[in-house]
Parts: sequence; C-alpha cells; structure tokens
Amino acid sequence: MKNLTKKFGKIVAVDNVSLEIHEGEVFGLLGQNGAGKTTIIHMLATLLKPSSGTAEINGYDIVKDSSKVRKNIGIVFQAPSSDDMLTGFENLKIHSYLYGVPSELRINRINELLKLVGLYERKNDIVKKYSGGMRRRLEIARGLIHKPKVIFLDEPTLGLDPNSRKTMWSYIEKLVKEEKITIILTTHYMEEADILCDRIGFINKGKIIAIDTPEQLKHRIKNNNNNNNNNKDNTGKYIGDIIKLYFKVPNNTNDIYKNNDILTKNLKVLKSFKFVKNIEQKKFEGKDNSLVILQVDDINHNLPILLKSIDNVESVEFSQPTLDDVFHAFTQGSINEAPEGGFMERYAQYEK
Amino acid sequence: MATNQILTSTLKNNFLNVYAIWLREFKVYLRERSRLVASLFTPLLWLFIVGSGLGSTTTLSIDVNYQHFIFPGIISMSIIFTSVFYGAYIIWDRKFDFLKSVMVAPISREIIFIGKTLGGMTNSMIQVFMLLIIGYFIGIEYTVISLLQITFVSLILSFLLTALGLGLGSHMYSLEGFQMIVSFVVFPLFFLSGALYPLDNLPGWLYFLTIIDPATYAVDALRNSILGIATYSFELDLLLLFGSTIITTLFGMLSFRKMRAV
Repeated sequence: MKNLTKKFGKIVAVDNVSLEIHEGEVFGLLGQNGAGKTTIIHMLATLLKPSSGTAEINGYDIVKDSSKVRKNIGIVFQAPSSDDMLTGFENLKIHSYLYGVPSELRINRINELLKLVGLYERKNDIVKKYSGGMRRRLEIARGLIHKPKVIFLDEPTLGLDPNSRKTMWSYIEKLVKEEKITIILTTHYMEEADILCDRIGFINKGKIIAIDTPEQLKHRIKNNNNNNNNNKDNTGKYIGDIIKLYFKVPNNTNDIYKNNDILTKNLKVLKSFKFVKNIEQKKFEGKDNSLVILQVDDINHNLPILLKSIDNVESVEFSQPTLDDVFHAFTQGSINEAPEGGFMERYAQYEK
Repeated sequence: MATNQILTSTLKNNFLNVYAIWLREFKVYLRERSRLVASLFTPLLWLFIVGSGLGSTTTLSIDVNYQHFIFPGIISMSIIFTSVFYGAYIIWDRKFDFLKSVMVAPISREIIFIGKTLGGMTNSMIQVFMLLIIGYFIGIEYTVISLLQITFVSLILSFLLTALGLGLGSHMYSLEGFQMIVSFVVFPLFFLSGALYPLDNLPGWLYFLTIIDPATYAVDALRNSILGIATYSFELDLLLLFGSTIITTLFGMLSFRKMRAV
C-alpha cells in the first residue's frame, strides 16, 4: 500500500497509509474501533475505491486490475455474511461456482475445507442453525475455496465467548501451518494480535503509528523510556518489565541506622546491575517494609540473578508489559478524545 | 483453436456464474414457503372480490364476463408487483452483508445482475402458473398456443420489471424508502395498464398515459391470447415489450455497476 487514503466527506478515515506485507506472514492491524482498519480491508478487497493512493496485491493493482485481485484474495467479514437459508455445503458450493473452481475438484475441495474448519458433520444443516463461531469458520472455508494467496480476517473473534475464541485461534494457527497463505487480520484485541501475528501495525485515527513484531514493540517502549530516564508515560502507567521488591526492615526504632543500612546496601547492589534500568523507592510510614520498584531488561533471566544477590526481601511482585501498555504509550491518551465507532459515528459527531 | 477454447470456457464460466446466482435465489425462494402463499393473496383478492363485486354491476361493451375480462390483468398485476418489489432483496442482501460476499468474487456486476433478474423472473413465473391453474377453475379455456403465448409474454414482462426493481433497489439503502418509492411506480403501472377496463374509448389524457405504460402491451397481449380481445396487434405488443425490456435492462446493469457494496 502506498499513501492509501479514504475520505468520506470531511472525515479522513484512512490517512496516507503506506506499508508492505510479506508473503506468508500473518500481519495484524491493531487499533480501536473506528481507527480505519475495516476501511483499509474494504479497499484492499476492492469493495471501496480509495480517495487517493494505490495498493497492489500479488502484483495486481486494486483499482485497475480489480477482478484479478479478487481471484487472489479471500475475505472473512466482521459481520456474518453467509446465506442463512442455505446449508453450509450449499453456501460453499455456490461460491465454488462463483470462483470458477473446476468441477472435478469442487466436491473434494468443499469437503476438505469443511473438515479443516471442523464443520463436516454439520454441512447439511441450514446456516441459520449455526452458532456465531461456526458461521465464521464456514466463512473461513468459503474464503479459501479457490486457494487464494491472501486472506483477510476482519475481527475474527469479535463477539465470541472465550472458549470459541481459543478454538478460533487454534484454527487460524492450523491454517497458517497447513495452507501457508498470507493472512491479514484486524482486531482490537491486543492479546489476539500478540498470539497470532508475525508483525503488527498499530493504527489510530486512520494513521499507522508503529509497525513491528510483537516482541520488538514491547522492547521499544522499554528502551525509549529508559533513555529519557522517565519510567512513566502520561497516563501514569508503568512500562517495561517491572519488579517490585518488598524489603523486610526490622521494626526497632533503636536500630534506625541498621534499617537504612540494609536498604542502602541492597540498593547499591541493585544499582550495580546493568540490566536494572531504573530504580524508585517508596517508603511507608510506620510499616515494616520498604518498597523498591525496578525496571529491568529480560526479567526471565535476570530476576533469579537479582534475588540471589540481595537479602531481606519479604515478597516480590513482577509484571511484563503487554501490548495493551505499549499501545496506550504510543497513543498517549489521544484515545479518549476519539469518538467511538466507525466513520458514521465520527461523521455524526462532526456534523454537530 | 486456442481462442475458441478460451471463448467457450469464458462463456461456460459466465454461464455457471449466472447459474450459481440464480440457484441461490431459487433455493431461498423455495425454502421461504410463506412468500409463495402471501404473494398469491392479493391477486386472488382482486380476482374474486373485485371481479365478482364489480362484475355484478358492470357491463362491458364487449360481450364477456367481467371476471374473465380482468383475468389477464390480474396475471399482469401479480407479475408487476412481485417483479418490481423483488428489488427489495438487494437492499436486504446489502443489510445482511450477503451482497458483499458476492461482490468480492471475481465476477462482473452484469453477471450478478442477470442472475438475480432471472431469479426474480422464476419467482414471478411460478405465481403465473398457479394463477393459470386457478383460471381454469373459473372457466378460462386454454389452447396449447395460448399457453405458449402467455408464457412468453409473462417471461418478458417479468424480466422487464425485475430489472427495473433491481435497478431501483440498488440505489437505495432503506427498505421502507424502497417500498414507498416503488409504490409510486407500481400502482400507476398497474392502474394504467387497462387491466381493469377496456382500452377503447378512453378520455384523451388517460389514453395518453396508457400508451406509455409498458404493462398495457402485456395486458393487451395476454388478453389477446386468453380471450381473443385486443386493441393492438400481438406483434406490436411484443415489439414494444422488447424495447422496454432493453431499456430497463440497461438501467439495471448500469445501476449495478455503480452500486456500492458496503
């Protein structure tokens, strides 16, 4: 995609988006509702014409060669788009005609895909009787009927209960392994993007604000913050692997020097470690323990080292940043200003 | 040789595509049995209640039973209403996103249009045949030729009007809006078609309006086949119907091409 833009009247839904997606990767577009994800997908699927900019899928231009593009893509929409009044099998059969699947291969392909998504036993039931998760799986099968190079999944687990979501993730992973196609998915669920995607693009208000692998994205925040010697972003959240050490300090007022000694000694040790990026101390009045908050790199390997070198620790708490934290850091509170909902909601707001 | 093969395979592909779209429309129609029953209700109402009611007081200049006289018109009426309102299904499809899944397939808008029009046509023709059966029971007599003629005229009229309905529907996004606007089209089509009255000796302004209504020629042709009463020649009727069909088909195809999927 190069400078892909879509305007609806005054609203810029997609603002000069440029990115490259590699063959065989699972790419996630992660953002709030109304960020422009679905609009991008619709443009790439040739259902909407961009206001400006171009995109190519498998070498074909989305505007000039739209029918060739459509031969190469499959798409699973956000809202179920199967025909209620037909059976699962019939839905796939009709689409196999529409995509020109040769007649010798047709039935086998349909059955193969139904087995892949686990709907083979229910293939002759009317889709009206399917649950939400089943309909989505049927649509995944439908999206694959012609062996496309790219498949778009628009919010694949929206509205599903936790178990169905896990099932869906495992189907998608199975898909990646067995079919080896490029998957582009959109979601606003951070953990989903983290689990499924090779690379993630954060999108906010129609703009791409970061693209990287999930691991790298989490690391980026840690490094950025530590360079500025600032361990809080504007919303007051901690970013980076956090270790909270509660030191047991004996409650003898006579030994006030001894208390400070314990702390000072330990702090010295902590400061000497290269992987400790930041130290903050919190004292509690009249309480037995003192809290030291550390920001560290690679907590998995470094926490044991750390704990071996210090003493008087009563308890430890630790956490690693999630993509949620990273996303908030990147969008820095601008999320609350953006009106909820797709472009229609924002349009309505602007009209006022 | 090679180009021949390519041509035949593209033709075959197109045919299969149209078939697929038609098949879906047909299967859905069959499964919604309530549609079939409900759609027969109005024509039967007119035939029996208006037909008998008015029939008891009206004497026509031509010597024929009023109920029989309006029978061809009732067939047209059923075709007019079901065909044009068929366009509502496009709006429905768009609402439920089924349209998106069809439009993302590598088939042209024209093919989608033709498949859907044929689907609507099948819909109307099934009703026509049911009405013909009912006609038998009220004393209408058929010959093989008349049945063929009736079928032919009905096919053309239903194609013409389904194309119109789909074309109109493709521009709209609300079902209520569609129903309102289409009423402004459908009722004049029916009332000005001479379904309920003979076309001779009409006041000037009414006469003018009837001749610009394509349904007039269908009613005339049907009345010709069934009762032998006609104002225009059968050939003229067919010619004008064909011409109107070309116009509405072009309208429908262009509308589909411009139609938004989302």
